[in-house]
Amino acid sequence: MSTNHQTAHRNAKQDPEKPWLNPNAKPFVRFQNVSKQFGDFTAVDSINLDIYKGEMFALVGGSGCGKTTLLRMLAGFLDPSAGKVMIDGTDVNGVPPYERPVNMMFQSYALFPHMTVEKNIAYALKLDKMEKDERKRRIDEALEMVQMSKFAHRKPHQLSGGQRQRVALARALIKRPKVLLLDEPLSALDKKLREATQFELMAIQYKLGITFIFVTHDQEEAMALSSRIAVLDKGQVIQVGTPSEIYEFPNSRFVAEFVGSTNMFEGTVVEDTPNQVVIESASTKGNINVDDVGRYQIGQTVWVNVRPEKIKLSKTKPAKHAGLNVLEGTVSELGYRGNHVIYRVKAASGKIIMVFAQSQNRTEELDITWDDKVFISWEADGCIIVKS
Amino acid sequence: MSKFLRKFDFLQVILILSLALLYIPIIVMVVGSFNASQLANHWTGFTLEWFVKLFNDRRVLEAALLSVEIAFLASTISVILGTLIGISLVRVPRFFGRLLLTTMITAPLVMPDVITGLCQALLFNQTRVLFGWPTQGGFVTILLAHITFTMAYAAVTIQSRMLTVDRSLEDAAMDLGAGPVRAFVEITLPIIAPALFSSWLLGLTLSLDDVVIASFVTGPGATTLPMTIYSKVKLGVSPDMNALATIILAIVGAGVIISNIIMVRAEKQRQLDESKAMAEAH
Ligand SMILES: Nc1ncnc2c1ncn2[C@@H]1O[C@H](COP(=O)(O)OP(=O)(O)OP(=O)(O)O)[C@@H](O)[C@H]1O
Ligand SMILES: [Mg+2]
Repeated sequence: MSTNHQTAHRNAKQDPEKPWLNPNAKPFVRFQNVSKQFGDFTAVDSINLDIYKGEMFALVGGSGCGKTTLLRMLAGFLDPSAGKVMIDGTDVNGVPPYERPVNMMFQSYALFPHMTVEKNIAYALKLDKMEKDERKRRIDEALEMVQMSKFAHRKPHQLSGGQRQRVALARALIKRPKVLLLDEPLSALDKKLREATQFELMAIQYKLGITFIFVTHDQEEAMALSSRIAVLDKGQVIQVGTPSEIYEFPNSRFVAEFVGSTNMFEGTVVEDTPNQVVIESASTKGNINVDDVGRYQIGQTVWVNVRPEKIKLSKTKPAKHAGLNVLEGTVSELGYRGNHVIYRVKAASGKIIMVFAQSQNRTEELDITWDDKVFISWEADGCIIVKS
Repeated sequence: MSKFLRKFDFLQVILILSLALLYIPIIVMVVGSFNASQLANHWTGFTLEWFVKLFNDRRVLEAALLSVEIAFLASTISVILGTLIGISLVRVPRFFGRLLLTTMITAPLVMPDVITGLCQALLFNQTRVLFGWPTQGGFVTILLAHITFTMAYAAVTIQSRMLTVDRSLEDAAMDLGAGPVRAFVEITLPIIAPALFSSWLLGLTLSLDDVVIASFVTGPGATTLPMTIYSKVKLGVSPDMNALATIILAIVGAGVIISNIIMVRAEKQRQLDESKAMAEAH
């Protein structure tokens, strides 16, 4: 089973087809200038999003940024105050939830407490007036898929959190919706079960070819699962992109800091050549070289964003070459994380810089310990500039 | 230790006293219903005479029937109305007079019966003057009066239960294809069913119990059981009323015992199921 998951995962990730890059591809779900007001509070602020068939689309953002509201508008529980929600090319405004080709897995699972697991899963089929044999087959299949056959006759209160979550998933999938909405589907699970379920979700998505749109607080989960991620803040979409685009090329400080750990250096542009920008920063007490083909004005305030794993630590001064950024500092903190070590290095300016060192082959770095004087270095192509 | 004992003794005395206070009158009444003597304080021998007399008394039987009819109808209608009120108070976010209704619905709960009865009587007088209806008090007026006050109890009970039902359950049902009415009937209704049943029972009891309000709004020919008992006993000791009370006591007692047995059985079955399921899981 687990090897299947791995394959499914790899296939989904390697899929060369990226419909969002194809200008002729039609989005399956489209938010067009969608806003939602509660009284005079704007929960969702003119959002535009295109989501394509078969995507595993993640919505991430801080608490209260409008993720659930967005899903509820798609499911039909809320009407947008302005703009259009389109599913498969048709405006679904005013279409009630029970007529949309969308199913939702609720944050609280919302299992019917007075029905057994089997009845919960069968509920949607009962409404569909399906043939008895076919219905039975589908239910058994669904129970099997989430490995809950043994528990078919239990009531929800007799299940563990993880089992409830699997029942909720099976119930949301039984109608084979075109789009499945998942509101923090895995947040109630412990780490191990969460990882196992992530693989299961991917396998299911790959097998059924359903478009998944899921909300998560956990940016690692978003990275691991999704085809693309939308980062939201205060009801607005800040950036949409593949996990690696979001991680490597964040378009703002907010995104860079929200997704993964990062070091941020504020500074002003002092030189802009076609391929390289030089930034003067108080926190490095010197210039930072960044490979960047963008256009900047001299004197413009920008932020340089360096991921902790792109930084090298050494006790001896690294050989200088063009574009290398070098700083001196003192190790102020060190944390062992098994597969990597986290260093906090205090630079001469007082700025704390975070460095991740892999434990495998950089044995030299592991000799570095508290209060050591060290050199920090990173390449000009290992960091990026954000303007806001 | 001795201090504790003394405290213990004190608690026991209180217990015995309160049990005595509760049950001595009932025992006196039950004994009286089998006493051959007319006088309650004088035992002259065992008899079933009063029971026979009771079952031959058409007035009592008719009153009992009337009471039961009214109680059934009033509690059933008040559960239906109470459910509608409960839903609108919990589910409809804003409507005209919502706050007024929320606060006013509880008023009949704290209103003395005499006032409620008086108001009802005055109301029916007014409608008689204005519309010529009801021509006289009776079944319908008692029923309406009972519905108004039992409905308040039902509404409050059901509203508080509705508040605890997770709204997303109905959302989930609608998401799976059920229309709003169907989602309510198949999901929310079964969940609040115990509250509906208990407010129905409460309405039944309150209606069967009422003598004050019914006295205000009744007319010639319509006498409920409590009114009959009251008027008979008012005129002097009446052992056949003791017999009636004994019968009611027996019915109520049997009801309580049976429901307890059923509950204990269900609980045992549930535990059995659960441990069986657990065993299977391992
Ligand atoms: N029915 C409502 N009435 C008024 N305000 C609401 C309502 N629903 C949501 N809001 C507000 O809209 C904002 C967005 O809510 P939403 O539930 O979409 O957040 P979220 O991104 O899902 O947050 P979380 O990650 O905490 O679940 C919040 O500030 C919330 O208080
Ligand atoms: Mg939410």
